[in-house]
Amino acid sequence: MGLIDHRFPDNFITTNIDRVLTWARYSALWPMGFGLACCAIEMMAASASRYDISRFGAEVFRASPRQADLLIVAGTVTKKMAPVLRRLYDQMPEPKWVISMGSCSNAGGPFPTYSVLQGVDKIVPVDVYVSGCPPRPEALLYGLMRLQDRIRREGTVLRHERVIHVGDTEPTLING
Amino acid sequence: MDAAALIDLVAPHVPGAALEAGSAVDMPVLYVPAGQLVAVCTALRDHGAFNLLIDITAVDYLPREPRYEVVYHLVSTEARRRLRMKVRVAAGTTVPTVQAVWPAAGWPEREVWDLFGIVFDGHPDLRRILTPDDWEGHPLRKDYPVQLRKTAQTYEPLQVTEQEFRSNIQRDRVTRDPGAKA
Repeated sequence: MGLIDHRFPDNFITTNIDRVLTWARYSALWPMGFGLACCAIEMMAASASRYDISRFGAEVFRASPRQADLLIVAGTVTKKMAPVLRRLYDQMPEPKWVISMGSCSNAGGPFPTYSVLQGVDKIVPVDVYVSGCPPRPEALLYGLMRLQDRIRREGTVLRHERVIHVGDTEPTLING
Repeated sequence: MDAAALIDLVAPHVPGAALEAGSAVDMPVLYVPAGQLVAVCTALRDHGAFNLLIDITAVDYLPREPRYEVVYHLVSTEARRRLRMKVRVAAGTTVPTVQAVWPAAGWPEREVWDLFGIVFDGHPDLRRILTPDDWEGHPLRKDYPVQLRKTAQTYEPLQVTEQEFRSNIQRDRVTRDPGAKA
């Protein structure tokens, strides 16, 4: 950058494509509204004016998986809901990330029983786990910031493509 | 209107009705034999004005015999009264469906079958409703292993074939715009 730095008028910034694309990705995460239980109330509180998730660019809760790149699993995932969640995840376009919010979706929470999925990571790959029962909005925002840190490190151009084959829960990394 | 009055009300319309009153706390309780269930329900609807079926549920009294009791909650919106109706069911025996009396019975009966395994005779669509389609066993039975670990089904079969999907789209298109070509 040294050669071209400060050779242009002040409203020009020199950078590299990777940083611009990464910046665009982590600054505009569009979550899919997937509230399943009481965690959804905290998620709504995080998006309301007091905590204001739009400070982190993630306020556009989409009603369709086709328009979302962040899945916030907020609440208890039952085994009846598991295939639905997996299908919605598969319908989201790449690149996509998952935040598991609260004890229930982390590990089944207070329901060690036949009908509850013991952790959403059994059916989809999870990037960030937010602990709490339910987590406070600050905790969700902190989880979102940790996810942004992760995306910052991921890179875009020479990024390892994450491919999740049908039936798998772990992504396969392919050199891009 | 207490249970005795309801029995008097039903008796002329169901010959040989063997109804008995149960202990009541909040509403009258009637015990009905499974064989007379449909006739009693029809009489209650037509002559007792019980026009609303609130819920059907069941209780597993293991190890008592008969093991189950199916519980029906009825409301009369006209006469403003409630009734709890119970049917004793032994393991392996069935209960007739009351869908002919109250069409709303369809899903609650599916639920009772799903969770207790009590079969409703004549039910047209006795499928799983609360548990996933591939579930084995009936979770609310007292002898069900509650701590059972079972891998979750991640994919559910498509509910329509590709052809049905396309014809549905075509139908919607025609409904929206009758001039559209088929």
